[in-house]
Amino acid sequence: MSSPTHITRLAPYREKLIGQECLTCGNIQYPPRKTCIRCGSRNLKLKELPRYGKVVTYTLIYYLPEGYDYIKPKAIAIVELANGVRVFSELTDVKPTDIKTGMEVEAVLRLIKKGGSNEPPIYGIKFRPRIR
Amino acid sequence: MRRVAIVSAGMVKVGRHVDKSYKDLFAEAALKALDCIGNEVVPEALIVGNQMSSSLFNQDSFGAILADYVGLTGIPAFKVEAACGSGGAAVYTGYMAVASGLHDCVMVAGVEKETDHATPKVTFALGKASDADYELIYGTSFVGLNALIMRLYMETYKAPREAFAKFAVLMHENAVNNPYAQMRYRITVEDVLKSPVIADPIRLLDSAPLSDGAAAIIMCSEELARKITKDYSVIAGIGMGTDHVYIASRRDLLSLSASLKAAEKAYRMASVGPKDIDVVEVHDAFTIMGIMALEGLKLAKQGHGWKLVEEGVIAKDGDIPVNPSGGLKARGHPVGATGVYQVAEIHTQLTNQAGKMQVPNANVGLAQSIGGAGTIISVTILKRP
Repeated sequence: MSSPTHITRLAPYREKLIGQECLTCGNIQYPPRKTCIRCGSRNLKLKELPRYGKVVTYTLIYYLPEGYDYIKPKAIAIVELANGVRVFSELTDVKPTDIKTGMEVEAVLRLIKKGGSNEPPIYGIKFRPRIR
Repeated sequence: MRRVAIVSAGMVKVGRHVDKSYKDLFAEAALKALDCIGNEVVPEALIVGNQMSSSLFNQDSFGAILADYVGLTGIPAFKVEAACGSGGAAVYTGYMAVASGLHDCVMVAGVEKETDHATPKVTFALGKASDADYELIYGTSFVGLNALIMRLYMETYKAPREAFAKFAVLMHENAVNNPYAQMRYRITVEDVLKSPVIADPIRLLDSAPLSDGAAAIIMCSEELARKITKDYSVIAGIGMGTDHVYIASRRDLLSLSASLKAAEKAYRMASVGPKDIDVVEVHDAFTIMGIMALEGLKLAKQGHGWKLVEEGVIAKDGDIPVNPSGGLKARGHPVGATGVYQVAEIHTQLTNQAGKMQVPNANVGLAQSIGGAGTIISVTILKRP
């Protein structure tokens, strides 16, 4: 279990896909760090990432960790956003059998973990098939 | 730095030990290793590889509590954690302690007790190997991370599903000869392909089992080793590397770059190359990891690892015998202990104590320990003295 303070601290990055742009080499990364993972520069600024992308790879998980078995199977994916940055996320609003690699998806704010007796619910970005 | 030798090894049969606690498992392995060296040499430190003592048994101060259990209270004793690569990281730490001259003799052990708990609890604890804030929070399992990689690998390199199943079949075949293995029975390709899906495309028989186990080795300076036994092996090279825990940040999701870094250091230090290795223990937590492990050690080019399975190259009588123990798949995978088992197994190969697992004329052996889905990787190369 994570602390409410820790959850609140991370909320902006989890709920709005806020990453960073390196002002030295131009690399864009997610999640935020203190240095650029490509060139090591500390000259970074926060940057909101594109909300559209495509599925690079995915899995359907049938045996889930404690506290998460209320969605089965869970569809987890790596999504490449329109600017090439890859993020780890969950797929939603889609039948498991309809998921394909290369599928176009868009970011939506969703509940990612139910709250418990001493634990607040946690919200974050999931991806659903892109609606045009 | 001075040369470091391994003078003894103790292992517990990997499996489901309802009647033993993690302390009992550790003690069995540790006392076996100590009994082999007699009373004249006492370890000056205890270094323990373990991932989940805190998650599953509420126990920190882990080195000290284990030292106490076998009468070693007083010496430096601590745990080394690198997820499922904890065992290899403990070996790395023990090597530093002896090579530097700080200690003449240390015990490196690994212990994990997974089967006391319900599977969802263990699944969560194992998932802590991933990025807790940005991966585990979604409720992914550790299997899920490997499944993402496996699908991408199969689609990118057109690797047939059967090749992965054949890897598992070979591991089970090998484990029949290992008295310490958890799964000493044969399976077929069809068994693998019909087993339940854990995280698509990974099935139950692509996966290492949940296991209890402990292993211990005694490491000494070579000078001291010569006085203790003639059956010792030497750590000729060792290396370690890391990659982004958040797997989406990796430059290439299909390259085990942490393994390539670790292997390059170990090969250079040992003055050998991939072609010189006579026997290997790789970290096949899942069949996909077993195949990528071969590529991470440069035994195969990236995208070609699965072909070594198809061509029989990694069979016990092939050019590069891989996992004569049965590997994580069939020997079993008591996570934080696994890396110590692997080094103990290579040691027994190089000292002709491997029984039916023995690879003839094995002079150079390699053990690879992977933490996370390719995150923290160590490579240890042993030679005969």
